[in-house]
Amino acid sequence: MQQIGEAIGLAIGLLLAADADLLEIVTLSLYVSLSATSIACVIGLPLGAILAVTRFPGRGPVLVLINALMGLPPVVVGLIVYLHLSRSGPLGFLGLLYTPTAMIIAQTILIAPIVVALSRQVLEDLHLEYAEQFRSLALSARQIIQALLWDGRFALFTVALAGFGRAVAEVGAVMIVGGNIDHLTRVMTTAITLETSRGNLPLALALGIVLLALAMAVTAAVHGLRAGTAGHADA
Amino acid sequence: MHECMAKYDSTGTRACRIELRALTYDVAGTRLIDVPALTLRPTGTTVVMGPNGAGKSLLLRLMHGLIPPSAGEILIEGKPLSPEQCKAQALVFQKPVLLRRSVAANIDFVLKARGKDRSRCRDLLDRVDLGSLADRPARRLSGGEQQRLAIARALATDPDTLFLDEPTASLDPESVQAIEGIVAAAARDGVRIIFVTHDVQQARRLAEDVVFLSNGRVAEEASADAFFNGPETEVARAYLSGHLDGLVET
Repeated sequence: MQQIGEAIGLAIGLLLAADADLLEIVTLSLYVSLSATSIACVIGLPLGAILAVTRFPGRGPVLVLINALMGLPPVVVGLIVYLHLSRSGPLGFLGLLYTPTAMIIAQTILIAPIVVALSRQVLEDLHLEYAEQFRSLALSARQIIQALLWDGRFALFTVALAGFGRAVAEVGAVMIVGGNIDHLTRVMTTAITLETSRGNLPLALALGIVLLALAMAVTAAVHGLRAGTAGHADA
Repeated sequence: MHECMAKYDSTGTRACRIELRALTYDVAGTRLIDVPALTLRPTGTTVVMGPNGAGKSLLLRLMHGLIPPSAGEILIEGKPLSPEQCKAQALVFQKPVLLRRSVAANIDFVLKARGKDRSRCRDLLDRVDLGSLADRPARRLSGGEQQRLAIARALATDPDTLFLDEPTASLDPESVQAIEGIVAAAARDGVRIIFVTHDVQQARRLAEDVVFLSNGRVAEEASADAFFNGPETEVARAYLSGHLDGLVET
């Protein structure tokens, strides 16, 4: 209990002092996780919508596979990305290993299946409601997908949040491909791991509290945005 | 106007003849629709009547191409119902399904999807007396307003034929009157109306001819005058008098 109290005090102190190292780590964490979430959404939302609307042979196994990929172990993703980006790997010539870009790639791979699977479920439920009306209006598949993505936008915010939550809290993949290099690839989770291994538990806990506060702030911001615009659509 | 769909009669009114030939629709071995032959008049307002479970909504969905028949065919102006012909029709459901956006955006969505003139949005809303509610979320309208919006959206597609599946069920009398007025105006504009209802008084107000269904079969098809003044079948007489007990399979 004493350590927790000390940690909270330290966290508040770090935030109030606008500690440069802390701000750098927080900024990089946000940059990596928000970039990965954005890319995963750009890829995953249309894919989820296509899976929600279309029927094709083998759709069932595809859905099972995507649902299974939601539970991808971060260290395995990190290892696979590492093998591809390492100097001897097929993409080694890009020189991306131990850079924030490599961390974004790893997190994107990690959360894209979450975005696809959850958006597919959300949009399939919505499509069930709209399907007969859409057929009556003789809409094309493209028009249907566009309409579903727009009308389901508030639920899809939550999907994106789930992806962001997974990304910002993830440590295994970014540790492997980022290397936790100070001032270059150190993010909140890898910093917490490092401080814990050093036995600096109050600082690790303080960073954990900041990470939690950060996740809550992003969630609150999305919730506020949703509440502010929901009146125009009655989602 | 949709190419090769409706024709024009001698008065310049759009004409759209719908023929059903040996049409059946079965589910799990049960025949729900069985229409050996039916030719609907090419213009005006046809009311499809019948007790609950008679197959009225199913028949509408078959004619609109939403569900494929088990056997038989549907001809529009002598040609088998095609996706292009379905585009020349519109259907208003009993419970309107509106998009999660504003009243105007619901209309604009259809105008854009169909490549129609999007500046017509305001005019369409005014036609159903929703112009003042254009920016309101569609799903926050009252039941009657939602149904009027659904009709405006259907009319936005410039349909030759407008199917309405009990559009006034569970609405208050004022909303019923408003919707009947909109439908009558559309009919005057030359839109072929096929209107499903089990409200006899409403059918009397709207119908030029009546198709009476019972147990998935056409029990009677006649002009409105002939049907209401002298129904030929026992089941239609019983229905009009409100004493249907025992005459309809359940």
